[in-house]
Amino acid sequence: MNSVIEIENLTKEFDGLVAINHITLNVGEGEIFGFLGPNGAGKTTAVKMLCTILNPTSGSAKVCGYDIVRQRDKVRECIGIVFQDRAIDTFLTGKENLDFHARMYHLDRKTRQKRVAEVLDLMDLKGKENMRISDCSGGTQRRFEVARGFLNHPKVLFLDEPTLGLDVQARRNLWDYIKLLNEKEGITIILTTHYMEEADYLCHRVAIIDQGRIIAIDSPEKLKQAVGLNLISLQVAQDSSGSLVDSLKQLSWIKKIEARDGSLELSIDGGEERIPELIDFADNRGLVISSIKLYKPSLEDTFLHFTGKTIREVEGSLKEVWKAWMRSRGKR
Amino acid sequence: MRAIGARRIIDPLPIYTMWLREMKRFLRVKARVVGSLLMPLFFLAFLGLPMSFMPARQIPGLEGIGYLDFLAPGIVGMTLLFAGTMSGASVIWDKEFGFLKEVLVAPVNRFSVILGRSLGGMTTAIIQALVIVGIAVAMGVTLSSVAGFFLALVIMILTCATFTGFGLIIATKLGNLEGFMAIMNLIVFPIFFLSGALFPIQSMPSWLRYIMYIDPLTYGVDGLRGTLIGVSAFPLWLDFTVLLILCLALATLGSYFFSKMEAD
Repeated sequence: MNSVIEIENLTKEFDGLVAINHITLNVGEGEIFGFLGPNGAGKTTAVKMLCTILNPTSGSAKVCGYDIVRQRDKVRECIGIVFQDRAIDTFLTGKENLDFHARMYHLDRKTRQKRVAEVLDLMDLKGKENMRISDCSGGTQRRFEVARGFLNHPKVLFLDEPTLGLDVQARRNLWDYIKLLNEKEGITIILTTHYMEEADYLCHRVAIIDQGRIIAIDSPEKLKQAVGLNLISLQVAQDSSGSLVDSLKQLSWIKKIEARDGSLELSIDGGEERIPELIDFADNRGLVISSIKLYKPSLEDTFLHFTGKTIREVEGSLKEVWKAWMRSRGKR
Repeated sequence: MRAIGARRIIDPLPIYTMWLREMKRFLRVKARVVGSLLMPLFFLAFLGLPMSFMPARQIPGLEGIGYLDFLAPGIVGMTLLFAGTMSGASVIWDKEFGFLKEVLVAPVNRFSVILGRSLGGMTTAIIQALVIVGIAVAMGVTLSSVAGFFLALVIMILTCATFTGFGLIIATKLGNLEGFMAIMNLIVFPIFFLSGALFPIQSMPSWLRYIMYIDPLTYGVDGLRGTLIGVSAFPLWLDFTVLLILCLALATLGSYFFSKMEAD
């Protein structure tokens, strides 16, 4: 796999405060790569450096083979960005914003018209293109921004907290568009998020980031596996769990058995395929399983595992509250 | 994607794009179009007309012309001052509402960005100024000559560019919206009142005259008066030269500050 992004020892300090602490990683072509971490972890700082908005304090990074400091303009030509805060002209219509972007990126008239029609189609924005942005819903505004982000055929699209502030339905909706975009246009997508489900649903690989350091990088699946085994909770109809426990011990993929409130909790190696196996196993011994459920560790658990705290705990800290307050003041 | 001249200083397509955006934004907000014309109209109607009914004066600089004739170029200058400064300073709004980031990360030379933007702002300012000229004529002001009118256009462009650069400097150096309007009024109103737009510079005591000499708008208003009405305190070449130098200096400084502006 070709690397589209190569980061080496990238570091950013703000007045002695280390926002990004020597991160090193590669992102391959066509990947959806996520930075997952609480607010203030340094995700946005990392993305801003890659987008050439911020200069790193030390270390280096290449985007599409171009150095982010020395070949700034080259990098800018091959990336698209959707910023965390709204960066779209609300006085203009969606189409005017797209036209604006196309011209700023030097697309000629014919390419522009064709491409604008394409992105409107792909993002399902047909019929809304002549509405003023200020009259569009938050989800639609965001979709216009994403549409604009990949208008100029970027090799890499950066999405900084793409679904922040959207309701559940609009969020789901946008996820599917992002997936579609990655599949149809083959764009490498770098996104930052503090939503576990988002990283889980979208990303091929996730970097868990906390206090400027990368704590783990892997696929969501592998990260979850690293945390622990899947858990099966089952109940048997007759009061014969004692005998079942004994025979279950024969199965090599069952790592641990715990009896709790009349049900059994099994730590297992494997996933859903173990459920029918268990049912058959019980059946052969004349036992009936009355309920069975599989629990997989979530990325939330993963974050907890790697950082020792949940994302919500981190965000509840006073510093974060203060930061959010400053941000909301800035927006007025 | 084609290789493009990202480092080209004068890049026509982005310049046109920025210009187009300014025009669209201006025309879209009807209230702003009307609002920007109301104040100059009030000055002409409620200051110019009543004053012109007062008995004939022997005030130096006002001999032989009505007060309305005298005032009209001053109000055109005022329109250019307000509209130009606002056009430059409105970069701060783009920053506040996030749109500046979209512009600054584009692979386009920043000078082209600010040139296009300023040209857009100047176009709208000069359209406003021309409407005021039209209103003044409708109120009975007589223009000196056709050639004078076209010379006045040149003075308008220079005056407007001067204050666009000035507004840009304030916006880039001030950086945020808080206190912005207060500072603007604090600077812009003295520039207007001390420009000789309302009273002739010749009739002032020398200490006040020297203060008026350092006001850039003094030369804009005087140039407009010379070209539109045919009456002026300074020779036209002086007005033109001073404005040209000021406009080049301020616009260059403004676009330099803009090119150094942080996207965030």
